[in-house]
Amino acid sequence: MKQRHLQLDNNKRLRHFLTTEGLKRDLLVEILDTAESFTSVAHQQVKKVPLLRGKTVVNLFFEASTRTRTTFELAAKRLSADVLNINVPASATNKGETLLDTLRNLEAMHCDMFVVRHQNSGAAHFIAEHCAPHISVLNAGDGAHAHPTQAMIDMFTIRRHKQEFHNLSVAIVGDILHSRVARSQIHALSTLGVPDIRVIAPRTLIPAEANSLGVHVYHDLDAGLKDVDVIIMLRLQRERMSSALLPSEQEYFKLYGLTKEKLALAKPDVIVMHPGPINRGVEMDSSVADGKHSVILQQVSHGISIRMAVMSMTMQSQVAQRSEQAQ
Amino acid sequence: MSAQKIHIRGGTVVDPANGINGQRDIFISEGKITAVSNDVPKGFKADSVIDASGHIVCPGLVDMCARLREPGQESKATIASETTAAAAAGITSLCCPPDTDPVIDTPAVATLIQDKAKDSGKTFVYTLGALTQELEGERLSEMGSLKAAGCVGVSNAYSPFKNTLILRHALEYAASHDLVVHLHAEDKDLRKDGCVHEGQISTRLGLAGNPTAAETVAVSQILALIEQIGVKAHFCRLSTARAVQMIARAQYSGLQVTADVSAHQLHLTDMDVGYFNSDCHVSPPLRSLRDREGLRAGLSKGTISAICSDHQPHEADAKLAPFAATEPGISSLETLLPLSLRLVNEGLIELSPLIASLTHKPAQLLGIEAGTLSPGSLADVCIYDPEREWQLDNDTIRSQGHNTPMMHWQFTGQVTHTLLHGKVIFQLD
Repeated sequence: MKQRHLQLDNNKRLRHFLTTEGLKRDLLVEILDTAESFTSVAHQQVKKVPLLRGKTVVNLFFEASTRTRTTFELAAKRLSADVLNINVPASATNKGETLLDTLRNLEAMHCDMFVVRHQNSGAAHFIAEHCAPHISVLNAGDGAHAHPTQAMIDMFTIRRHKQEFHNLSVAIVGDILHSRVARSQIHALSTLGVPDIRVIAPRTLIPAEANSLGVHVYHDLDAGLKDVDVIIMLRLQRERMSSALLPSEQEYFKLYGLTKEKLALAKPDVIVMHPGPINRGVEMDSSVADGKHSVILQQVSHGISIRMAVMSMTMQSQVAQRSEQAQ
Repeated sequence: MSAQKIHIRGGTVVDPANGINGQRDIFISEGKITAVSNDVPKGFKADSVIDASGHIVCPGLVDMCARLREPGQESKATIASETTAAAAAGITSLCCPPDTDPVIDTPAVATLIQDKAKDSGKTFVYTLGALTQELEGERLSEMGSLKAAGCVGVSNAYSPFKNTLILRHALEYAASHDLVVHLHAEDKDLRKDGCVHEGQISTRLGLAGNPTAAETVAVSQILALIEQIGVKAHFCRLSTARAVQMIARAQYSGLQVTADVSAHQLHLTDMDVGYFNSDCHVSPPLRSLRDREGLRAGLSKGTISAICSDHQPHEADAKLAPFAATEPGISSLETLLPLSLRLVNEGLIELSPLIASLTHKPAQLLGIEAGTLSPGSLADVCIYDPEREWQLDNDTIRSQGHNTPMMHWQFTGQVTHTLLHGKVIFQLD
């Protein structure tokens, strides 16, 4: 399986970061540990380290995003890289220029790293397979497939609060079917040893044969939240109502919205997470979003450290590979 | 047509239509089979002799569905390029579905394709006419004229019907002209954007799934219509085990329904998609192992009577994009026979019924005179070496489309000669 090793170089270092699936536990822990070492940078007088000095990072966004793109940009700048932001609206790719054409053009500009967000599942894999060998690809979200840095942010946040993974119950609530974040979280949680991963949603929002991902499926929020240590709420897109997957936001909130009453079913020290941005009154009540169990804002600040970690690790792989080749 | 007299000597003749499976010689003159016998017919003086010892000699293969991309998509392939590839694959007759550009909804397009194929002088090309104008699923095409122009059946290809009533009328009108309707059974709403089988793989990769029910719902709807109005119908390229069972039951209760399957559906499953392998993007999608076993069982029990290539050549760019944005289809003329022969090696089916599903059965379904070696019939012959090992490679594939997940596969059994109407149209170097 050629693609399975696509993310790793010959010495099993991280070369591209496309998905949390198939990566070893040690590597995920290394990402978390590296991120931990970068958290202090934000508190320094000069918020910069020179690890990516002279390197060019391209944020290649085929889908709109503010937060993800901003934190990637900030992470690159704190590593002293030059950053180029390219937003390609879906309409531009309809003008006949293929994704491969766009890629070749950027390669010609001697960039070192692509941070890619694209509406099609597998887009980051595709780019990693076809780009020049001196470029690392970081997946910033591809269709409903993967969003590995967001998942690692969540793992980082969980580890900060719970220390260990092997005794946790984690519930993911919401639109699992369309969520790249959920898929990446599930793979990361199971690799890190979480024994009880639950997904909670009506059947219309649960993908086929979800059990094959190693999760327990619940359609009832009360049953699913019982005694969990971590609750991850997913964002609900408005178009789920128009495609007859849900009747209304009101009913969704009534049945799957996180309120104080529902929260009381979980363990007393439960933490509540959300990859953002929150629809207050749809996925959760404001009192929960802003309450003492919520770690949502911490997730955001951890975003920069995780992205710095992944950028520095993939760049190290590149540098090491180049010196190995030179020898 | 060649006036040459040809003697094919020492081969094992497999001609299921005539119940022949044994060592025979074949004598050809005036483009037709003169005799299949161990004795030279009186007065027969061969102009050339083909030594077929150790080889299998069977009727030229009849492929029920191969897209040649001409007219309209010549950047993908042409009639000349694909009929040359087909000839090298032992195929002497193939049937081209109507979704060319322009579509085959007028006699002119049908005639154009047939004439171009004759000019290239390789595999003989038949056409299916469009069931509805422009394949829009709304107004009936002029099926009487299409039939007169040589169309051997009608189909709406992958395009849906606007509603069930139009499908009913199309079936009835086609039946009045004794035209077999080839139906691609898929409920468009259930399929929606589905590009892989809905199951573990779609879930893992986050790709939109095409559920089993997209096929079974359409099959049950069509079966209900057929039962009501009493017409024949042919189901193209089944992909689910459940649909095979439904069709077996319908056949048992006396409905005139037939079915075919593509060779790759008998070998590949959704697992082969791996990490977004766009060469496995095909419609209907590769399904589960259980479905593949169901299709194989359907073939061995005779529910499915024909194996076709479902050849869909593409230019490289069509497959160079993220999975869902790529075009579906596999370039598969050259793997039709070797993939089918694997089924014999795997013990699923005997050689003779397998050859039948590649020759006289599809010929019967299309209502064409081909697929047998009966004396007096056109001398369309495929000769292959059953022991010869070869590998499909980018520099040996003859189709203009290199889009196949079987690239670099090893095969046993290779075509050495193909004869069309008594003329050698392919000979292995």
